[in-house]
Amino acid sequence: MQALFQRFNLRQISIAVSAIVLVTLLGACGKSDKKPAAAVPADATEVKIGHVAPLTGPIAHLGKDNENGARLAIEEINKTGLMIDGKKIFLTLVPEDDAEDPKTATQVAQKLVDTKVAAVVGHLNSGTSIPASKIYSDAGITQISPSATNPEYTKQGFKTTYRLVATDAQQGPALANYVTQKLQAKSVAIIDDATQYGKGLADEFEKTVKAAGLKIVAREASNNKATDFKAILTKIKGTKPDVIMYGGMDATGGPLAKQAKELGITAKIVGGDGMCTEKLADLAGDAVTNVTCSEAGMALSKMANGNDFQKRYKERFNTEVQIYSPFTYDAVYVLVDAMKRAKSTDPAKILLVMPETQMNGLTGNIAFDKQGDLQHGVISLYEYKDKKKSVLDVVKM
Amino acid sequence: METFLQQLVNGLVLGSIYALIALGYTMVYGVLGIINFAHGEVLMIGALVSLTLIQGMMMLTPFLPGWLILVLVLPITMAVCAALSYTIERVAYRPLRNAPRLAPLISAIGMSVLLQTIAMMVWSRDPLMYPQLLPSLPIQLFNSAVTITGKELIIIAVAFLVMCALLLLVERTRLGRAMRATAEQTQIAALMGVNPNRVISITFMLGGALAGLAGVMIATNYGNANFYMGFIPGLKAFTAAVLGGIGNIRGAMLGGLLLGLIESLGAGYIGDLTGGVLGSNYQDIFAFIVLIMVLVLRPSGLLGERVSDRA
Amino acid sequence: MANGFLIVLNFISQRRMVLLLAILSLLILPWCIGAAGGNYWVRVLDFALLYVVLALGLNVVVGFAGLLDLGFIAFYALGAYTFALLASPHLTQSFAAIAALFPAGLHSPIWLACLIGALLAATFGIILGVPTLKLRGDYLAIVTLGFGEIIRIFLNNLDRPINLTNGPKGIRAIDSIELFGISFAKSLDLGFIQVPALYLIFYLFLFLACLATVICMRLQNSRIGRAWVAIREDEVAAQAMGINTRNMKLLAFAIGASFAGVAGVLFAGFQGFVSPESFTLWESIVVLAMVVLGGIGHIPGVILGAILLAIFPEVLRGVVQPIQHALFGQVIIDAEILRQLIYGLALILIMLYRPKGIWQKRGASTS
Repeated sequence: MQALFQRFNLRQISIAVSAIVLVTLLGACGKSDKKPAAAVPADATEVKIGHVAPLTGPIAHLGKDNENGARLAIEEINKTGLMIDGKKIFLTLVPEDDAEDPKTATQVAQKLVDTKVAAVVGHLNSGTSIPASKIYSDAGITQISPSATNPEYTKQGFKTTYRLVATDAQQGPALANYVTQKLQAKSVAIIDDATQYGKGLADEFEKTVKAAGLKIVAREASNNKATDFKAILTKIKGTKPDVIMYGGMDATGGPLAKQAKELGITAKIVGGDGMCTEKLADLAGDAVTNVTCSEAGMALSKMANGNDFQKRYKERFNTEVQIYSPFTYDAVYVLVDAMKRAKSTDPAKILLVMPETQMNGLTGNIAFDKQGDLQHGVISLYEYKDKKKSVLDVVKM
Repeated sequence: METFLQQLVNGLVLGSIYALIALGYTMVYGVLGIINFAHGEVLMIGALVSLTLIQGMMMLTPFLPGWLILVLVLPITMAVCAALSYTIERVAYRPLRNAPRLAPLISAIGMSVLLQTIAMMVWSRDPLMYPQLLPSLPIQLFNSAVTITGKELIIIAVAFLVMCALLLLVERTRLGRAMRATAEQTQIAALMGVNPNRVISITFMLGGALAGLAGVMIATNYGNANFYMGFIPGLKAFTAAVLGGIGNIRGAMLGGLLLGLIESLGAGYIGDLTGGVLGSNYQDIFAFIVLIMVLVLRPSGLLGERVSDRA
Repeated sequence: MANGFLIVLNFISQRRMVLLLAILSLLILPWCIGAAGGNYWVRVLDFALLYVVLALGLNVVVGFAGLLDLGFIAFYALGAYTFALLASPHLTQSFAAIAALFPAGLHSPIWLACLIGALLAATFGIILGVPTLKLRGDYLAIVTLGFGEIIRIFLNNLDRPINLTNGPKGIRAIDSIELFGISFAKSLDLGFIQVPALYLIFYLFLFLACLATVICMRLQNSRIGRAWVAIREDEVAAQAMGINTRNMKLLAFAIGASFAGVAGVLFAGFQGFVSPESFTLWESIVVLAMVVLGGIGHIPGVILGAILLAIFPEVLRGVVQPIQHALFGQVIIDAEILRQLIYGLALILIMLYRPKGIWQKRGASTS
């Protein structure tokens, strides 16, 4: 031992020690991650359900909304008490933040897999759900997305991908049909925000509209951080469209609608679920009366227990429902239903029984097709009256 | 033709705002020889601070007409931005005056990130609605060829007035002479009785105030404000300053207006010009392409640069 | 027994001892971390090693040659997309001509893609360098920033009129890395031990990082390295001494870019998916922060900086939120914002107080 100290001076030893401490710390950090909000009762088995959404970034308010929905469901189920195969089960939510970034999404997915969750509710965006789905598929863990609308999500050939909303392949045509039939438009201008979601939706819309024989007078693109659309809108104004369709989020769609009005453009503006938020009224100002948008799911007010859910949500979280919390809420119930049918909380067994899901949730009848999409997808159309969303129509696809 | 005129007007509005921001860059570069990366963030803080002030006033004094609230809030905002700019200079640039070239630049980048993060903490990351206190109903001009809103006309007018005032300041006053002297030869100016540190501080404050004004204008024009709104206009305004000739005040104004026009006309016509290969989604890189072309073909800018003799 | 141990110790020099210990600990590192923290942390470590290569590349440009490049991540993107195009179904799906040429699909071997990626990145590095040779530091910074953005926007929008990059959707189903018959996507069965895929990747990336380090050290002590130092300190004097500053600068850009290109190729193979969102300006700033933190030009410092800053956000994520929960009952500042805050502060504070980085070179002759 003496000799050891003679060989290495204090500095080198301290480097070595700090390296060891660092490694241990890293390991400890990895473990001390999740503290359950409520304590697991002594006689129950803990089962973890993962949830991923952007909890930071411009749509953090939507991500938090999703998490709240899942949390509400879990708390309700724990209160009623859950028994699977004779064993008392206590559900814990493991919330993660993917910051709307595909790379973070894959890392967080790996984290959840390591945490040995039984299933995952998430992610919010298509752009993150798709890359993460590979990790869940490799681990054999069921993934139910409450809001990813890009058709590719379920087309990858994975057995683990499910969703509780309609796809853009349904949302696009629904919007297109509204434009052709209700608005009786003859010419359309299409703008997208060059993101996976926005462009995907715009492409689907374009396909249907073209097939219906409408004239597409302009197809422009922007980016998801743009603030000034005057140049694009001026160009479009010259082509005199009846309707302008925008594939993008409310943060850009709102200013777009506003600037269109300022330019004296009278065409109606239609958009998808990314635009269809309460915040749009703030961002578009008076121009919001000109906007019609769609949501890839049943409207809250038209859900059988929608008002009740809204009340309970507000009581628990002291804030309004944004969009997709009813869907994360249902996702948890779908998973619990699967557990009951499988008589197990083992991820592999849950996965096996998922295809036979047949239940009536808050958002309507839930059954999946072979790919994992909803069999009876529904698209809701909204307009804005007095700066508030109001349901225009509900279309069954 | 209508479309062309409208794009021209759009470009003019955009350009006026760029010009205002570019002035701040150009003055600072003239006296100090560095790009104030954090300038765009001063703009952003100005917009957000004015938002809070406006919201406060609308609650406390709801009887005041919108435009009056804006007029009252503006000087306070500009003062805050001037103070912020001054602080940035003292904290991040002054200690590094004699450090190697890269140091103030990296420090500036760090300052930019820091300011954005502080804005995120205070005002959250959501886009915030900015009250429309100026008339925003469309007005038809030139036989309905051009549609413009009242606020845009005001923006163009104010920008123009401010630029003239700045020119007067720089060319007709003692302070202006001191600024030009410090920009040209700092040490000799010091020998002539000019306090270079004081001049530099005042330059920063002036630039900051202009950035604050620009921030309020941008927020008013687009109706929203968020933590990210300063970065890209900042970069583009720097391009404008380089385009016109860095250090040259008239150059900054010209560069700003030109850049606005290039962007507007470019985004409007690039699809037609390239037969659909490139579209308006490439709008943001026009500024960079302009910058690269200027730096390669005419590095001193259109009106010639005016920087001090530095190695 | 102990005596024998000491006798052996006396034969091996102290330096080699430290080296041996270091190599041993690196070899067993993934096992320790995997056992303690799970695959998640091994994954983080794998990415950290990629960042080491990136930081070393940027160090060549910024540290050795003194050229501030704010668009460095563009070269990473080019490397990533190179492999994505050469080893995924995208090109064969989008272009019938290519599908006809490669009926079995495009599955380029990774070493070939690395070569092409490095060459492509180096070419673009030179393309970036040529117009910027005469520019001063500040202008150079903005032009390189612009270049980075231009590349990203093109990658995001080149799905019209011909679908080269698949636009914002990115390219998926990229082949995993396969070398010498070993697939790096499955665990390797060595008979006595099973090495999980993530650990294999760790060793591969570790090898790459070591290679990069050795190249950098050789460069530093060569004529080229000294020429770069001369250009960095005083370009006019360097020219007067007969150094071809133009070629040296271009070489710096090319070499730095090629590092990023190779790292990009491996990134694509590892993640199996690339999209323009991974290559933003912020990423360039992160790599710059790594170089700055470690000490511009100081190789060991840069490596340390890269590892620290790559692991840092994950540590924050795992530590900051529980602490805030415990202290305040809710999260006041979320990890993302805290991370950015610390990055910004770090850049400023280091420039003000420790411009040579947190791990300083001892007895360096450079100013």
